[in-house]
Amino acid sequence: MKEPPLPVRPPVGRPVTEDTRPPGDQPRSQPGPERPLAAQRVIPLRHPGRWITTVVVLVLVAQFAHGLVTNPFYQWGRFQYWFLRPVILNGLVITLEVTALSAVLGLAGGVLLAFGRLSRSPILRAVSWTYVWLFRSVPLIVVLLILYNASALYRTLSLGIPFGPGFVHFNESALATDLVVATVGLSLNEAAYASEVVRAGILSVDQGQHEAAASLGLPKGYQFTRIVLPQALRAIVPAYVNQLIGLIKGTSLVFYVSLLDLFGEVQSMGSTYPGDVVPLLMVATVWYVILTSVVSVAQFYVERYYSRGALRTMPPTPLQKLRAGVRDLRERIQLSRTVNG
Amino acid sequence: MSAATARQAAAPQAEPESPRPAAVEIHGAHKWYGTHRVLDGIDLTVQPGQVAVILGPSGSGKSTLLRTVNHLEKLDVGHVSINGELIGVRRHGDRLKELSERAILAQRGRIGFVFQNFNLFPHLSVLDNVAAAPAATGRRSKAEARELGLALLARVGLADKADAYPRQLSGGQQQRVAIARALALEPGVILFDEPTSALDPELVGEVLAVIRDLATSGTTLIVVTHEIGFAREVADLVVFLDEGRIVEQGPPAQVLDDPQHPRTREFLSKVL
Repeated sequence: MKEPPLPVRPPVGRPVTEDTRPPGDQPRSQPGPERPLAAQRVIPLRHPGRWITTVVVLVLVAQFAHGLVTNPFYQWGRFQYWFLRPVILNGLVITLEVTALSAVLGLAGGVLLAFGRLSRSPILRAVSWTYVWLFRSVPLIVVLLILYNASALYRTLSLGIPFGPGFVHFNESALATDLVVATVGLSLNEAAYASEVVRAGILSVDQGQHEAAASLGLPKGYQFTRIVLPQALRAIVPAYVNQLIGLIKGTSLVFYVSLLDLFGEVQSMGSTYPGDVVPLLMVATVWYVILTSVVSVAQFYVERYYSRGALRTMPPTPLQKLRAGVRDLRERIQLSRTVNG
Repeated sequence: MSAATARQAAAPQAEPESPRPAAVEIHGAHKWYGTHRVLDGIDLTVQPGQVAVILGPSGSGKSTLLRTVNHLEKLDVGHVSINGELIGVRRHGDRLKELSERAILAQRGRIGFVFQNFNLFPHLSVLDNVAAAPAATGRRSKAEARELGLALLARVGLADKADAYPRQLSGGQQQRVAIARALALEPGVILFDEPTSALDPELVGEVLAVIRDLATSGTTLIVVTHEIGFAREVADLVVFLDEGRIVEQGPPAQVLDDPQHPRTREFLSKVL
């Protein structure tokens, strides 16, 4: 059960008399009916139901963990064998490459689209809106497969005057390696979602901030990069990290355009060694968990950075929390010593 | 002069130059929001160094009028000029053309504006709020802007809050920072849009004290406010606005103590 609240530390160097003790510090055995009601400590409501549920959940969790370790189905020995195999690590590198490239390109595209949506030109607004509408409507896998087959649709790509002569020609089948197809597909898709994230962030900045920046005569670029964007990022970062985590997992679809990423390697190894399918899937699971965990930790610190000024006190870092916890524990122990001794 | 030289000794490079107080002229100002007429032919002249207080019921166009002075609001007809320079527009033959955004920003950089809700930049420290404009516009080096910022924070009594963030300050302190930020433009005129309306009653005094100090320093001030006592004390010119028109204007002794127009009398009887 809940431990009783700690007694308030008695003032040091003075004998503890009945009067100097704070209310509620009375020994429980003598509640003192002669004490006025106003001086009584309020007894908090007990929650027996909560405790029962907690115990049930703990038992279920323990059961699941036990099964995870003891069930031979998982073949943890094979898991260990595969986990750091070069073939898996190669796949992991591809996953990281595709994620990083599409995250950067997608965000850049998203920022442009967001500017388009917020522009005063109705044409730019319409084009941005249509792009977002289109790419949010088409499943990513369909986008990837269309691009994969696109070299049949567009044989060459040219740089030149629109509708006029081209100066530079690319043979698309040479240009469109599997990595390029995968990256372009993911970036196109990512840009549509990122643009909404960025737009929401910019809209979240108070109109008064724009007015204040304008009234000070700050140059337009400065207004955006130093005043609006840092405040918008407070809203953008959590939403974009969400997006980024989706992207990390979304890269597993590039297997279908014959790019062997982490999931691709696991699939192909799985078909070669059918007995190892489960441990291989566990290998992929653990690697994806590690990647998203790294991103989540980074998110905490980035968010903390952009919360400067927005919060009166900064949220503590895990390290600070740990230190505070240790300090608290030490004080509690000291206190119980003084009370008992 | 002796006070100025004493301050100069404290901060040799960053002392704000005492800019020439500006004359503000508004001619034939009309503005509509759709079919609603907000400003209905306003002519107003504020002499250099004067303190003009604009009074009027809510919706009378006070704030809109003030915001046209630094072109935060565009006039549909009419024009504003400061020291004879047109604001937000230029003469093109016998017509007025809107200026480029860059030119308007440059003009605003010489006009102080203090908002009702302070609108400090919450992610910048108090000092960075004040020093941002002189540094960003290239008028001062970063070091000079910081020095100027510190001098101005001292002037509004907040030198010890330079490294705090705006949200760590009380409303009155935030508004004083906002005034220091406006002063950092070294403006010839400062516009105040209900500077004490968002404050707890007990914090109003500290902000009014700073504005009073500015009034005696010779800068032209245009203040939209509901503080009648303050108007009586510091204003050279009181302007009473109703339904987008100037109903009455003159020295406080005339407009506040002996109002001629029934609408002014009615308003004053309600707020006094």
